Amino acid sequence: MNRVSVALDGARVVDGLGITVEAGEWVGLIGPNGAGKTTALRAVAGLVPYAGSIAILGAEVSSLSRRAIARRIAYVPQDPVLPPDMTVIEYVLLGRTPHLGYAAAAGPRDVDACRLALARLDAAHLADRRLGSLSGGERQRAVLARSMAQDTSLLLLDEPTTALDVGAQQQVLELISALRSQGGLTVLSAMHDLTIAGQYPDRLLLLDRGREAASGPAREVLTEEIVARHYGATVRIVGDDATGLAVVPLRHQEAEQRL
Amino acid sequence: MIGALRARRNVTAVPGLTGAWIAAAVAVVVAATLLGLAIGPVELGFASILREVASHIPFLSVSSPFTATEDAILWELRAPRVVLGLLVGAMLASAGAAYQGVFRNPLADPYLLGAAAGAGLGATLAIAYGGGVVAGRDLRPLAAFAGATLGVAAAYALGRSVGGARSTATLILAGVTVASFLTAVQTFVQQQNTDTVQEVYAWILGQLETSGWRDVVAILPYVAASWAVLLLHRRLLDVLAVGDDEAASLGVNVARVRLVVLAMATLGTAAAVALSGLIAFVGIIVPHAVRLVAGTSYRIVLPLSLAFGAAFLVLADLLARTIVAPAELPIGVVTAFFGAPFFAVVLRMTRTVAP
Repeated sequence: MNRVSVALDGARVVDGLGITVEAGEWVGLIGPNGAGKTTALRAVAGLVPYAGSIAILGAEVSSLSRRAIARRIAYVPQDPVLPPDMTVIEYVLLGRTPHLGYAAAAGPRDVDACRLALARLDAAHLADRRLGSLSGGERQRAVLARSMAQDTSLLLLDEPTTALDVGAQQQVLELISALRSQGGLTVLSAMHDLTIAGQYPDRLLLLDRGREAASGPAREVLTEEIVARHYGATVRIVGDDATGLAVVPLRHQEAEQRL
Repeated sequence: MIGALRARRNVTAVPGLTGAWIAAAVAVVVAATLLGLAIGPVELGFASILREVASHIPFLSVSSPFTATEDAILWELRAPRVVLGLLVGAMLASAGAAYQGVFRNPLADPYLLGAAAGAGLGATLAIAYGGGVVAGRDLRPLAAFAGATLGVAAAYALGRSVGGARSTATLILAGVTVASFLTAVQTFVQQQNTDTVQEVYAWILGQLETSGWRDVVAILPYVAASWAVLLLHRRLLDVLAVGDDEAASLGVNVARVRLVVLAMATLGTAAAVALSGLIAFVGIIVPHAVRLVAGTSYRIVLPLSLAFGAAFLVLADLLARTIVAPAELPIGVVTAFFGAPFFAVVLRMTRTVAP
């Protein structure tokens, strides 16, 4: 990704962003609300027009067809649409779309690929359940299985653990981490929770108002000073490289005194 | 057999239409067709009809039990009407299912983008100013067909000009706008020509009276082309269920799929309403009933809507022409009168399902 800018309704939401994600790497995009994290991901997925250059394995995204992009990049939005009456296996089968001809039907091989994806996510038992009957963690597994079935080299995740309890969060993140180390998957994720951002990705990139504000390993980006400057939050950073970092918000001294 | 082979080789079956549903669909269509052919002022009898059909199959030495009159009633009067019912019913139901898929809206029907209003205006103009017939040709079907296709084309163009190719809500609003305008013009024309109100009204409520096989042959190419394209898109309609954005990220050109499906569903609908008038309800209740009992995937909903829509309309027409015989009820009254309670029963029996 090189000097990429995206304008939405005339406003520059992403401004001259440059980032290189190596194969097999997990990079986390962090930043306050409205910083342009989601828009940056959507630009990479070819869903919004951009200026500059976004290349995947040497091919410029804007020059690829929809189908060609979908064979290389899987995109999981923050709030995926899960038709409540679709079964999990039918939903995961949608991931095979870019590998099927325009009017072709899915074959037994596609179904097998989907069952494999579900099995890798420990979710084979969910195959015949309806999406509407799944818990938050199970839904996220179904969504991840769909993007596994898409069989891409790059996975874009927008806030993969919002609305999950802490146990389900951990499970989903460990799964992503495992898929990456086993399957050679490259991951670019937008992340809200700074503690999670401090523990899972290899590298972080802090966006603020569409521009890169800081980047590097978590211990360099997640400092009390940087978080204060860009999020306007008072936090304490605890932990070390071995345990991963945790970002603990502190109550504002002034606010406390006024109360 | 195939299932057993698959099980032995441990290959998973693709979820979709099961053999049992295909058999049920065929049985229902055959039963409805036989009832439609047998019942009328002159009873023909199932066994006799089957023997008569068999007598036309070469190398089967079956002789027809029918007199020349009975033969004419079967082949010249009832068969064209039943076949037209099958075609129109199947077309309206499958087009309704396609519209619901494209708009992800359970209330969508094939008339959503102004097909009905356009056809109504076309037919009204033909009846009011053309006298309905010019040079021995019935103008109403042509005018209705042109009105329906132009109405939807205008709605699509309007929706697209304000960004509706990317949002279904804009397209629906454009459809409502065009439909209201066309209906206003149609009402005006109707009020200016009060002597033809009766005929216009009868046309709008729908009827399956035919002038024989010529009508059936006339709409067959449109309907067949429409079905071919819709059935080829049944998997892509499932992909659209996750929303435009995600469908695009799965490699689908959403705007193109939407345009192709809408254009072909509209073409078939226009051909159907050109002959049958505006038969309401079929495009909504049949796909929904199928979803309630058989599943929500368009790989199931489209083919089954086609079959059950065909059977439903033939049975509705049977009621329309027998209940107050020798007079006839408008078929649109029958589809609504019996369709609504039927739908209520299905709704009570099963869970609520959205497409």
